[in-house]
Amino acid sequence: MTQTLPNLLNDYLPLGIFIAVSGVIGLALLIAPFAVAFKSPDPEKLSAYECGFNAFDDARMKFDVRFYLVAILFIIFDLEVAFLFPWAVAYGDLGWAGFWSMMVFLGVLTIGFVYEWKKGALEWD
Amino acid sequence: MNAPFVMPALGPILPELVLAVGALVLVLIGALRGEKSYGLVNGLAFVVLALAAAALVAQPAGKVLVFGDSFSVDGFARIMKAIALLGSAVALVLSVDYLRRENLTRFEYPILIVLATLGMMMMISANDLIALYLGLELQSLAAYVIAAIHRDNVRSSEAGLKYFVLGALSSGMLLYGSSLVYGFAGTVSFPGIAAALQGQSSLGVILGLVFVSAGLAFKISAVPFHMWTPDVYEGAPTPVAAFFAAAPKVAAMAMTVRIFIVAFPGIVGDWRQIVVFISIASMALGAFAAIGQRNIKRLMAYSSIGHVGFALVGLAAGTAQGVNGVIVYMAIYVVMTLGTFAIILGMRRGDTYVETIDDLAGLSRSQPFMAYAFGAILFSLTGIPPLAGFFAKFYVFAAAIEAKLFALAVIGVVTSVVSAYYYLRIVKIMFFDEPAQSFSPLTPALKTVIAVSTIAIALFWLAPAPLVSAANAAARSLF
Repeated sequence: MTQTLPNLLNDYLPLGIFIAVSGVIGLALLIAPFAVAFKSPDPEKLSAYECGFNAFDDARMKFDVRFYLVAILFIIFDLEVAFLFPWAVAYGDLGWAGFWSMMVFLGVLTIGFVYEWKKGALEWD
Repeated sequence: MNAPFVMPALGPILPELVLAVGALVLVLIGALRGEKSYGLVNGLAFVVLALAAAALVAQPAGKVLVFGDSFSVDGFARIMKAIALLGSAVALVLSVDYLRRENLTRFEYPILIVLATLGMMMMISANDLIALYLGLELQSLAAYVIAAIHRDNVRSSEAGLKYFVLGALSSGMLLYGSSLVYGFAGTVSFPGIAAALQGQSSLGVILGLVFVSAGLAFKISAVPFHMWTPDVYEGAPTPVAAFFAAAPKVAAMAMTVRIFIVAFPGIVGDWRQIVVFISIASMALGAFAAIGQRNIKRLMAYSSIGHVGFALVGLAAGTAQGVNGVIVYMAIYVVMTLGTFAIILGMRRGDTYVETIDDLAGLSRSQPFMAYAFGAILFSLTGIPPLAGFFAKFYVFAAAIEAKLFALAVIGVVTSVVSAYYYLRIVKIMFFDEPAQSFSPLTPALKTVIAVSTIAIALFWLAPAPLVSAANAAARSLF
């Protein structure tokens, strides 16, 4: 409650700068190709890009469950890393309990990894 | 802010640790030894469950709170965990022969049962909303998968999917209610919520309570959130249905009792209306909807809905006596249910399992043991003295009358009479109808389960004291 409104807004200044910078970079990358890119269009290049499917098709088609599996595996290990970062930053304050908590977490994930490897979830064929 | 992060005491959660470590070891064994390891993993799953039970029995009496008071190890938790472990272990016994005949011997099955049991133990001990949700999801996720374990079978997949979609919906309602309760009470801990609600209740808390009750009612399959039960029981493989009807129901009931009694003791008047309504609705639906059923698994699903209604009569009383009634009811219910499903699994001709009630016709002439045992179990489910089912109903109705809930008790007795029609109809079909084609002989495992359950039901009146006094002590540990 001691903070006045301008001070509060000052705290958000870096955030504003980041948004502005990312906006500039994003727009620059979008606009620059119109000006500088080498152009040699063909139908494949002009069609919408879609990974693995026809871009315009019945949405209720069967698709391979392996796409789903890969996505789930990605999320699991992505989350693992997302947990590791704050843990590593706060590591000095955590002590042995913090260390072993993370080791148990990694151990559980490793067992899951062994399971999916042996089950063949990582092979595409 | 930088409070030293200390290692929590792990002694009180030894049973849960055994299950967690055991499940991980089983996953490794299964993964490394491949698809043929079902027998080994299944055997070791029994060992893990037995070790957890031993660790549970070895726990000293008294109440311990661990993990920042989010996990309560007390008398109530111990007795409910013992019942849940028993239910899981017997469900595993029942499944071995069935899985072999149906070519479902995947090593994941026993592991999922162990993981579901771990989730149940966490639900039973959970002392705050977050621990409760974690336990609930661990149990539910394992349950969704084993409902669909027969994945080449359309009905099993359908059961798994239905259970999953409706379970997700109910989890959402539970979470929404929890967030409202947290927002208005300012804490997720059950004793903390009780302290915050001392004497007054705001509309927000009541709204949260309603949503939490809806989520809980789904998990115990009480009306009006029962719709998944008949479809899932019918579609899932029979031993899976046996598992669902026994242990998870005990755990969900324990969790319901704990949240109402420990977190909302100050607003009994508010939640009693909800519990009385779902209790009456469940008893009535269980009694009337089961009458038209021809499939015995569907009939048992409606029967279990009715029995949940009866157990909720004890909770509606809101007293230690009522909780005592709920514990006794769930213990006896589990024994009766496992006995019934052992009989249903015995309804097999060669390699085909049949499940219509008419297949039981004239069973007393072809298989007298099975017919008399089933007869005893059915009389007990009806609640006819001196069988155990009578005592189960007696304790909850007595508690309701002590709490001056006369209408509830009367409706309970009336619906119990209605339900007698469909239970006794099966007895009539077994004993007086022209024999149908006879069944293959019972396997020794089924025979043992049926015999033990029938004997426990038939002779309960000789020595009710151990269960009732243990339940009494357990109930008082919540107040």
